Amino acid sequence: MLEIAIGIILGCCTLGAGIAMIAGIGPGIGEGNAVAKACEAIGRQPESRSAVTTTMLMGCAVAETTGLYALVIAILLIFVAPARLVEVLVSAIGR
Amino acid sequence: MQTKDRRFAAVDVLLLIMTVLPLAAGITLKVLLIPPGEGIDITGAYVFFTLPTPVQPLPITESQVNSWMVVLSILFLSLYLTHGIRAGRKTKRQVIAEWIVEKTEGLVKGNMGEIFLGFAPFIAAIMALSAFSSLLSLLGLFPPTSDLNVVGGWAILVFFLITFYKLKCGLGYYLKSFCEPVAFFAPINLVSELATPVAMSFRHYGNVLSGIVISVLVTAGLTGLSDLLLGWLPGVLGEIPFLRIGLPAILSVYFDLFSGCLQAFIFAMLTMLYVAGAFSPEAYQKKKDKAAARRALRRE
Repeated sequence: MLEIAIGIILGCCTLGAGIAMIAGIGPGIGEGNAVAKACEAIGRQPESRSAVTTTMLMGCAVAETTGLYALVIAILLIFVAPARLVEVLVSAIGR
Repeated sequence: MQTKDRRFAAVDVLLLIMTVLPLAAGITLKVLLIPPGEGIDITGAYVFFTLPTPVQPLPITESQVNSWMVVLSILFLSLYLTHGIRAGRKTKRQVIAEWIVEKTEGLVKGNMGEIFLGFAPFIAAIMALSAFSSLLSLLGLFPPTSDLNVVGGWAILVFFLITFYKLKCGLGYYLKSFCEPVAFFAPINLVSELATPVAMSFRHYGNVLSGIVISVLVTAGLTGLSDLLLGWLPGVLGEIPFLRIGLPAILSVYFDLFSGCLQAFIFAMLTMLYVAGAFSPEAYQKKKDKAAARRALRRE
């Protein structure tokens, strides 16, 4: 019985990590838009290349934040949560 | 004259040795103390030992030790670059040192304005620390930036700076900044204020760590694939993972070199923008004028 419970915990944690990473779609689309616009701007005004590139990198970094939140959640779910949850389960059964 | 030259050269060599020594010490520590992982293995920082303190036990981890090594290395590199510096004389390393100072001062001036020119050394220090910490993975060491605690510490430092510069314009200005555009938004503004250091640290840490995770996964996958495809080769040949040659190196160029330097730049850039955005010269001037008027009143 305990094996099944631990198996369910592990499976759900990994599944949750996978679902969390769906958030990667958002930054992908957003950064793609930003880079496309930056390319357009450089094509129109090649002399503003360095300023546009710096601003674009900054914008990309900020747009990436939501994706990285999801990444941190996924990493916590894979590496930290299972051990903690199993600990909780075992202590609950022991009681 | 001759002995002076010889002493100069000796100090040079000593400084260069002191630059490399911390990194060598880091590698030695890793080889001697840390048990090698096998195959696909993503672990956190290795805990060397735990110091008992009154509040709670303080673990001394690999990331802490490695960041001390980086700090020492950067310190002696800077000393080497500025050793024997003199106005008007152009040696190669003096040009490099002047280039670094000029670039950071230009960056700070362009993004923060003239008032914050004193921030240039701090920004350069943060950039160098972050870049060298990420580049440490090229030596096979644990990069301190892939530990949330290290980057979180830097982000908290930046958060204190932001709050300090907001408070510098007066307590009323600081409290009023939470009630923008209307007082109703105060809780949301408070959350966004606290989210700044969290977002900054997660951004840096997430980028470096995701690079490590992807590299390890690709390497492990290629090892398995070459076992499957080329395992029939006789003897030792069958055990060498031939498919692992090439692709991980290209990934390392992106994740270790490009991403590491880019994240250092972005962290420094965000620090500059947030600190400059927190300080309002007009409000500061107004507060100063008010204080001066009050002092004049009291004198009368």
